[in-house]
Amino acid sequence: MHNKLFFKLLFTTLLVVSIQAQAKETAADNYKAYCVQCHGMEGNGKGVNIRDMSVQPRDHTDAKAMSGRSDDQLFKVIKEGGTSISKSILMPNWDGVLSDEEIRDMVVHLRTLCKCKFGS
Amino acid sequence: MMHKFILASVLAFSATAFAAEGSLQKECASCHNISGPVAQTLKQAFAKKGPDLSYAGNKYRQDWIVSWLQKPTRIRPAGMVYGDHIKHGAKSDEIDPSTLANHKALSTADATAVAAELMQLKPHSDLLAKEKIEPGTITKQDGEMNFDKFWGCMACHLIEPEYGGLSGPELYTAAKRLQPEFIASFIRNPQAWEPKTWMPNKGASDGFIVKMVRYFDVLSKESANAQ
Repeated sequence: MHNKLFFKLLFTTLLVVSIQAQAKETAADNYKAYCVQCHGMEGNGKGVNIRDMSVQPRDHTDAKAMSGRSDDQLFKVIKEGGTSISKSILMPNWDGVLSDEEIRDMVVHLRTLCKCKFGS
Repeated sequence: MMHKFILASVLAFSATAFAAEGSLQKECASCHNISGPVAQTLKQAFAKKGPDLSYAGNKYRQDWIVSWLQKPTRIRPAGMVYGDHIKHGAKSDEIDPSTLANHKALSTADATAVAAELMQLKPHSDLLAKEKIEPGTITKQDGEMNFDKFWGCMACHLIEPEYGGLSGPELYTAAKRLQPEFIASFIRNPQAWEPKTWMPNKGASDGFIVKMVRYFDVLSKESANAQ
């Protein structure tokens, strides 16, 4: 009986883990899918959508501006959108699309684009 | 004489319908997902050449499909996967028209037959049943304020041919193209329809959703957008 329960639990755990592993995308792919449209192919804030925007998207290659944001702030603005840090509504919340883990990976990806750290 | 004419007509219609049925699976399926499931990974989403049609019967207005298939126009300015159709420009990334392909035009009979077949594809009627759109109106100004300023949708969508973002589908034709319940359901939870759509789930309120359905209706009736 215990063995049966153990195997059921093991099976369920493996299933959940495999689904999560399958669902997780790389930060580079997520950036390409969701961020490039506004932040640009080079991450310079010059995306294909910016023509009529009242507020221009952040230049992710701008080390000075990006080093002024902590990793927690970057995580928050990706997850909850621009208004969560008193910035533009044009930056949407991505919490319905990206998992927390994917957002953390994205923060690391942004640090590679700006070649900077918080406070540097 | 009359019998021969009727027989010929029936045969011609059957032949056309058969041809259309074949093309839905053979020709259409080379660019569109007809049988589902929808893209579950970005790899699958990046490979898309046209909209997923596996839920076409839940999404489109039949009369619009018939008309569009005879005279296709581009709905997504930057193509299905915008990343495949942009290039560096002087001021910003730009659409690269040389990478965009035009949709094939069908005859009236084929368009009618294909539309009828597409309307049979209804795997998500349950999602549509949850949406209740009460009749009502909205001023263009109120709709635009909500769309642009309060919710930021203009970042990715055009609300007139020369205003808005380019990575998403144009919305000044949305009410002509789409069933109102689909518009409501997709705004409410885009990932319920397409897990890897570029469109975020903004946690839209019921009030905003109804406003958008009515706003798109207003836009579609504007004479300037009548084309």
